[in-house]
This record gives sequence, structure tokens and C-alpha cells, in this order.
Amino acid sequence: MTVNLSKGQGISLQKADGGTLTAVRMGLGWKAAPRRGLFGSRTREIDLDASAVLFADKQPVDVAFFQQLVSKDGSVRHTGDNVVGGAGQGGDDESIIVDLQRVPVHVNQIVFTVNSFTGQTFAEVQNAFCRLVDETTGQELARYTLDGGGPYTAQIMAKVHRTATGWQMTAIGTPANGRTFQDLLSEIQTVL
Amino acid sequence: MTAELVRGQNHPLPGTRLEIRISAAHPVLAGATLGDAEGKVPGADWVAHPASPKLPGLEVSVQAAAEHRLAVDLEAVPETAHRVSILLALPSGADGPARFGELAAPFLAVVGADGAEAVTYTVAGLDAESAVVALELYRRQDAWKARAVGQGYAGGLAAMLHDQGLPEAVEMAAGIEEAVACGMARAVASAPPETTAISYRHPGRRTQTPPAPAPEAASAAAAPVSDAGPAPVPAVSPGTPGEEPSGDGEPVPVAGDASGWTMNERLYNQVWGMFEDLARATAAYRSAVDFAESRLEQELDRVLADPATRVGPAADAAREEARAKHAELVQQARAVLDRDLGRLVAETEVVEHALPPAYARWDNPVWQAYQVPLETPMALRLGDLHLPERKDLRIPMLVRLPLERGLWIDSGRNSGGLDTAVPDSAELRRLAVECAVAHAVRLLAVHPVGDYRVHVIDPAGSAATALAPLLEAGALREPPAAGAQGVGEVLAGLTRRVDLVQMAVRSGAVDSLPADVDTAEQLLIVNDFPHGFDDRSVTQLRYLADEGPSVGVHLMMVADRDDARAYGPVLDPLWRSLLRITPVADDHLADPWVGHAWTYEPSAVPAGSDVMRQVLGRVGQARRAYGI
Repeated sequence: MTVNLSKGQGISLQKADGGTLTAVRMGLGWKAAPRRGLFGSRTREIDLDASAVLFADKQPVDVAFFQQLVSKDGSVRHTGDNVVGGAGQGGDDESIIVDLQRVPVHVNQIVFTVNSFTGQTFAEVQNAFCRLVDETTGQELARYTLDGGGPYTAQIMAKVHRTATGWQMTAIGTPANGRTFQDLLSEIQTVL
Repeated sequence: MTAELVRGQNHPLPGTRLEIRISAAHPVLAGATLGDAEGKVPGADWVAHPASPKLPGLEVSVQAAAEHRLAVDLEAVPETAHRVSILLALPSGADGPARFGELAAPFLAVVGADGAEAVTYTVAGLDAESAVVALELYRRQDAWKARAVGQGYAGGLAAMLHDQGLPEAVEMAAGIEEAVACGMARAVASAPPETTAISYRHPGRRTQTPPAPAPEAASAAAAPVSDAGPAPVPAVSPGTPGEEPSGDGEPVPVAGDASGWTMNERLYNQVWGMFEDLARATAAYRSAVDFAESRLEQELDRVLADPATRVGPAADAAREEARAKHAELVQQARAVLDRDLGRLVAETEVVEHALPPAYARWDNPVWQAYQVPLETPMALRLGDLHLPERKDLRIPMLVRLPLERGLWIDSGRNSGGLDTAVPDSAELRRLAVECAVAHAVRLLAVHPVGDYRVHVIDPAGSAATALAPLLEAGALREPPAAGAQGVGEVLAGLTRRVDLVQMAVRSGAVDSLPADVDTAEQLLIVNDFPHGFDDRSVTQLRYLADEGPSVGVHLMMVADRDDARAYGPVLDPLWRSLLRITPVADDHLADPWVGHAWTYEPSAVPAGSDVMRQVLGRVGQARRAYGI
């Protein structure tokens, strides 16, 4: 069952049967900009980028984003940069897969962010969402709608963090501005 | 393919997200200016320099360094800017050189999003200049191109900025110098030890850059039956069941546990998969240890910072706790690493036994049962790679055949990174030649009869002893070329072959090649370079290195780079185009994922073993039987 998360809400990633999740995927989808011009070539394309930053305490130690699709330790994989968006019908246009069992021992938080690389604010982007999926079963755990998000070019979406009993996810939804995750690092510090 | 520009030449760029790599023999400062349609820099806010390193779309380093990497995003550059000039300057005031003429020429490479060098430029011919406009990226009909500029200024930064039309050139130059002087204390002294990334081409495992489908894969698919590799590999289960009582659902490693059309392709992919796994597992461990150490330092500092608690039992307890936290994290990380490495060790054991000759160590029994193959394998083992975390975990270093780049067996002692009794230079040269012969024998042995031909240039005859077995077995068609004349003849012959085959391939007329053109793969071993070479033959050699690999002419240089120093930067592209390997263990190779420095060791023939001679004997026998 999907939980429509609201800001600040947390869910445990324990499975209903008591087992823990082994892999989660963050999916990001948005509707491509409509074609314009006589030949449809004058589109102002919308390029949203999903990134995952791995933190040890408050120190960023690794990242998966469009320029480094696999985190150095191999636990977080970005499936590829989509620079135009999709149909906007709820399918993922970019995905980041986290193998929770392979996350290095010192990493205790993974923060997911979305940036508008081409500079449109979320108010101009249609049908944008981000969701968290149990990668092993394909079941959607949480969903988060981005559009109507106001005059921001970035959003710190959610974090997955270690607790004594296992991993937990918290929805953050803090708006910010920046072209890539690097521009958000100081902002992220406030939500760790 | 990389375009190697000369001054004034231009070339289109592969995209808009680029990295510009700059290397110089001494710390230099790097800057960039944006120019308008007239090529003028309208104001100080159009210049990125150490005191103000950011402009939209690009950023430069804040200090002087021998190596720079500038990330450039041309899409983010303002629309009114038509030109991005990359500037280099020598920091004044420091005790370093005051003119570029005292240094080896700086080298620039523009690297595309796929990590491949699109354009390179060696800024040669500088003399009294202390500042230079090295490279220019400019708009041309909605696309961006790069131009090698190489315009030097003896008047330094101020003259250079003034020439670009900047009104406050002198003030800005002074400001830059000041910023650099402040940063100079921290300047990176010289280039880090040179590492070469091992290139990785592979038909589709989880990697970042989707590699082009390898032609070998296609041909392997077309001819699946007579795979020249080893007999079918039994699904080996390692050891006896009693040996691994803790098999709690842990998968038992199996050789060939990867995708591929043939067993050889599966093994190749498996080995590269193990390579990546080891690189990443180690990256996780090192990152954890680094973090544990920085946290320990911070916590100890915090204890010291508070005068009230600096001494006394509370402080001791705090220190103790910080150290315990550090030890605990390191221990946890090590446990994870040991678990992962244990799995990889088990996997390598299984895989090593299943490898075909081309992938196997010389001590593998498969070499004792060697038969001349009917097909060229997809890859060749050049040696072993390992990391200091676990020295007995050795990953076979497999490179694709035909070789994409030539080999350079370094007979110099320039790196000296490993202090384990480095032999003296005469011994090193002997080892290098032996190593070259071993690689050549392996290359000959894994190719079908007549598909591979070896030429040797040995101007002074210093490798005669090591080469004798090749000659005796009839693996060399003519004796090693000696003297300047011999060098010239061999190079001319191979250059002609490259030209003719290139022409034939381009015009689709491979059948009409003259009968004396040998279409077999050619390997040219050059010993003692540049001994016996003149300018003309050096040029021919560079031509072969650039153009040869695509038409089956490969280079194996046995050389000490210092010996060729007199040629200066002219040869830098040659060295860079070759894969450097060493006759002794050396940690100079980088993996393509994380960039660890891996220790490379060549595959050695076990002491007292006659395996190489036997293999050569069979190769010679087969050649005679075929009348070659």
C-alpha cells in the first residue's frame, strides 16, 4: 500500500513480516516540455536530476549522480541520466537503486535530492513526483508530488537513515535552489 | 579518437559538459576568460582566476598546481560570451622558473562526458613567456569547438589580460599574483605519480559508460563451435564440503558465472566483474577508515580545545572513548572487507583453474597441454593486479585482443614506489627484455598459426640472448634489425603496410592488396629506444603508434623514458598512447571505476620451468608444418 507522504513524516523500512528491506529504489518522473516551434525542435527541455548523497555523520563521503552513476563503494547506482523527461504518466524517468546491505558501515544517512539542471522551477514542471520503491518486490512504499512546488529549482526529497533496528525513511521536502547536489550541501546539513 | 592539435588547429567538441585537464612540469596557475563576439573581455567579472575562481559554467583552481582539472559546462556560459580562453601562467615571486622555456611543455586535454580525451594539445615552443593563452573554446554555428592557441606573453599575466582588451588588466594581474602567493604554501608540489587507467571494453555488464558492442563478441557469436579455449569447464565446487562448514546459504563460486556468448567471454566478464567488486569493496573500506580517522582527530581536538577539561580523568575518558569509537568502526569495516575479500578469494581460486591459456598464468597446467589454437581469443593476460589490503588476492589483468594500444615495458626506475629491493638499472633492462619476450611468446602462442608476426628492432643487439629462443623456434621470420639502417627498413616496411591496408579498408578493396602485404597482425618490439633512431624514424614510430592499432600493427617498446628525454615533449603523446607496464611489481595502474592505484606484476614463468620453451617449440613446429 502506498503512503502519500507529507513533509517530515517518517516510515520504517521494516517489512510487515519483520524482515528488513534489502534494496530500495528512488524513482523520479516528470512530464517532458511540450514541443514548440514549427518542427517541434524549439523545445525548452526540462532536465531534472536525481542524486543520492551518502553521509557519515554530517560529512558527505560518496555520491551517485549523473556524472558518477555508481557510488565509489558500489552500493548506490543511478540507472542513467534522463535529460528531457517522459510521458508524465507516473513512470520513473530516473532511478537510483540503493543496496542497503552493501552500504558501507560508516554511512548512516543517504539523502535524495532533485535538481532542475536546466533551471526551470518546479512551478513550471508538470506531473513531477518522486517515489520510493521496494526494489525486490516492486512495491511502492512512499510517493511524493513535486509540482506546484513553487519557485524553487531543487528539493531535498527524503533521507534513508540507520536506526538501531534497521533502516528508516523520512520525507523531508525542503525546497532549495541549485543546479546540482553540490549547491545543496549546506542546505542538506540542516536536515541531517 | 583523440585529436592531437597543433598550434592554430581547431576541432569540434563532443558535448558541452567537459573537463579540461592541464599538466605541467611545475605548479602553474590556471585561469579562464570569457570573450564577447569581438573577442574582447569586457570586464573583470568575465575572468575566472585564483582570486575569483567561479564563472557561470566553469570554475578554476584557487591555487597553483602541476595538475589542474577544470569542469566546464558550456551550456551554462552566458549567451553573450562567444569564447572561453584557458590561460596558464607561472606564479611569480616563488623560487620556481620564471619562463615557460625552462619547463617541459604543458599539456592540455579536453575530456568529454564519457571520459575519453576528445582533444589534446601540447603547448610547445614557449621560451621567455611566463603566461600563455593555451586553448580556446568558441561558438561556431550553435556548436562549440576547441582551438589550440599557444599565444605566449613575455610580459606575463598583465600583458596577456591587457591584450584581451581588459581595461583593468594590471590591477587584476596584481590581485591574482597576491591570491596565488597566499595559496602557494599549499601548492601541490608536482605531478602525482603517473597512473594509467586501464581501459575496459566489455559487452554489457553494469558499468557507467555503455561500451560500444565489441566486434569480437559478434564474431564469437557467428562461430560458436570451434572456440579455441579450454575444454568445457566443469562446474567446480571449491574444496571438499567439510572445508566450508559455514556455508549458510552463501553462493558457491562457479567459473564462468557471468554473461557472454562463449565460455571465454563469460570468464573475461567474470574476471572484470571481480576486478570491479574488489575496487568497490576496498573503496568502501578506505572511506570508512578515513572517516574514522578524521572523526577521531576532531574528537581529540575538541577535548584539547576546552581548557576546563583538557587534563584530568574526564579528558582521559573522553580520549579513551574517541579511540574506542575509532577502533570499533575500523574493525567493523575490516570485518565487512574481509567477508567480501574472502568471497573473492574463493572465486579467484575457482576461476584461475578454469582459465584458457590466453588468460592463464604460466604455471597453470593448461600451458603444459598447450595446442596451437584455431581462433584468436578475445583477451590476453598481461599480469596480475592487487591492492595492499590483501596482497594474495590477485586479479588477472586481461586486455582485449587485438590490442587497442601498444605496450611500453618500462626499463627505467622512475617510479620506485615499491621499495622492495629494486634491481639496478642493468638488471632492470634485462628483466624488461625478458618480460617483453614472455609477452611476445604469449601473443604468438594464443594466435592461430600465421595470424601473428613479430618484428624486432634491437639496434645494439643488447637483447640477443633473450631473443634467442624466439629465433631458434622459428617464431621470428628475420633476425632482429640492428643499426640505423635496419631500424629504417623495418619501420618503412610496416609504415607501407599500414598505409596500404588503411587505403584498402577505406576503399573497400581489401582483396586487391599486393601479394607481398602481410595481412596478419604485426607486433613490433623496439628495444633500447631511442638508440639507433633519428628524427625521421621517430616520426615513423609515432605514426605507427597512432595509426597502427586500427589496422593490426602493434607496438611494444622496451624503453626507459629518461633515455629519450632529449626529444622533449615531442614524444609525450607517444608515451601516453602506450599502456605502461613494468618488469617488476609497481603500483601505477588505475582502475576505471574508483581510481585506486593497483600494483601490477607481470606473469612470470616459474623458476626452473621449461614451459615457455615447450610452447615456443610447438608454435615453431606448427609454423613449419604450415610452411611459414
